[in-house]
Amino acid sequence: MNARHDRNPLLMPDFDAPHWRRDFPILQQQVHGKPLVYLDNAATSQKPQAVIAAVAGYYEKLNANVHRGVHQLSELATAAYEGAREKLRRFVNAASLKEIIFVRGATEAINLVAQSYGRGRFQGGDEIILSEMEHHSNIVPWQLLHEQMGAVLKIVPITDAGELEPGAYEKLFTSRTRLVALAHVSNALGSINPVKKMIVHAHQHGVPVLLDGAQAVPHLPVDVRDLDCDFYAFSGHKMFGPTGIGVLYAKEALLAEMPPYQGGGDMIRTVRFTGSTWNELPHKFEAGTPNIAGSIGLGAAVDYLESIGMLSIQNYEQALLEYGTQRLQTVKNLRLVGTARHKAGVLSFVMEGIHPHDIGTIVDQEGVAIRTGHHCAMPVMEHFRIPATARASLAFYNTREDIDALVQALEKVREVFR
Amino acid sequence: MDLKELYKDVIVDHNRSPRNFRKIPDATRIQEGFNPLCGDKLTVYLKLDGERISDLSFEGSGCAISVASASLMSERLKGKTVMEAQQLFDRMHALLTREGMDSDPESLGKLAVLSGVREYPSRVKCATLCWHTLKNVLEHPGNPPVSTE
Repeated sequence: MNARHDRNPLLMPDFDAPHWRRDFPILQQQVHGKPLVYLDNAATSQKPQAVIAAVAGYYEKLNANVHRGVHQLSELATAAYEGAREKLRRFVNAASLKEIIFVRGATEAINLVAQSYGRGRFQGGDEIILSEMEHHSNIVPWQLLHEQMGAVLKIVPITDAGELEPGAYEKLFTSRTRLVALAHVSNALGSINPVKKMIVHAHQHGVPVLLDGAQAVPHLPVDVRDLDCDFYAFSGHKMFGPTGIGVLYAKEALLAEMPPYQGGGDMIRTVRFTGSTWNELPHKFEAGTPNIAGSIGLGAAVDYLESIGMLSIQNYEQALLEYGTQRLQTVKNLRLVGTARHKAGVLSFVMEGIHPHDIGTIVDQEGVAIRTGHHCAMPVMEHFRIPATARASLAFYNTREDIDALVQALEKVREVFR
Repeated sequence: MDLKELYKDVIVDHNRSPRNFRKIPDATRIQEGFNPLCGDKLTVYLKLDGERISDLSFEGSGCAISVASASLMSERLKGKTVMEAQQLFDRMHALLTREGMDSDPESLGKLAVLSGVREYPSRVKCATLCWHTLKNVLEHPGNPPVSTE
């Protein structure tokens, strides 16, 4: 992955967003009598027909439990499930299928690492480096570890632009540092962190790095081997796949040493009351009947994204972000929160004298769906001394017209509070 | 539904210039309320003179609905008894959450403007936060902060 952003605001790349938008049935509807303008993609993305069809098709034609039966349906279901794993492996360029663990989402992936990797290995006083811009899902699992075994959290502060404070990260390393857990892209601010450089630094200290990639994978090409990250967590539903499915990528050598996260069926080789033995990777970490339909749906989302091309998506969203940034700056008394030099398509903002919650309700009446609140990143809100922001977050099916609709709706907000 | 039904002039006015938006230095009771969904935070200050509410104020940050609701509440209940406040809580709770539950909406006066939130399920908690906070401080002084989640 190479997070380069040569922006030319005048040039909209050759990208047919309206064409792709037609693949999304939900985007064809009206809300409050107005065409739906969906700008809440950082919360969850919409699903193309191909994903919906893959999930339905599984239940219509393939439904059976995986890794269990000798009957035809079970074999077909297993092939489809494992086929989805291969698609995910290819998508993030993992070295082996053993490194792709299906989980419920990025949250479960991070909890898995905290409990399976951290809990047995860390000792009281061992240190984990996080940043101030983390989503709660990359804070609370480590706080649980603090309560369980006394791990200490060290926080990289952010600047008022929403970037990691220069030089602060390197200073946090000590002989007790055991892990770095960091957002690849911030959900509340859009900042893209210089993770590749940070991983090199951590590895120089012999410290592994977990990246929370929930906001990165849907918007830019991710190559876990190029990044050389040790763990990479992401969610299916933010990348146009179903809810309840996600992926933990981890280097095979680490997974091999880690104890199971949950016990149950499928994750065992033999079970006796005197003791059990574990299945091989990746199944050791997939206890119980998995989310088969979800995995197949996520595989379909990967096919769909690859048919468009992640680089094209990234370039288009950069241009759209640039346009959105310029347009929002024309709205009176509006202030953008999060102005990092390297940003993904997130436009967080506040308006003077108007609470974000009121902004959200009023623009919704105009058919514009945005998120308002703390975005599960309360420390970020605390940094900027605001209770909440309004956040418009982009996907490749959004257009300049969507941004214009938002700006127009914000004028309505100003009218109500005139 | 027309936005004007939610953001009535009275609400916009009380949001812009909230009444009794201050601390009470010698408050008898203080209670914090919190809506984790949107980050609304408020502190209710209550001064009791026997059974009578001699002063009622609030501070905090919140959306127009929550600020206006707290402002209207403070205006309405100053000088009333604890019993009257509790009765008003019940009526307001019904007004904000269930249609047609108040037999005499006229007598609610300005407070009736808040009824528009019924049409916006995600906003009901904004309007009820201050009322829950008040009920809590009346019935259980010294409790941890009230949360609407």
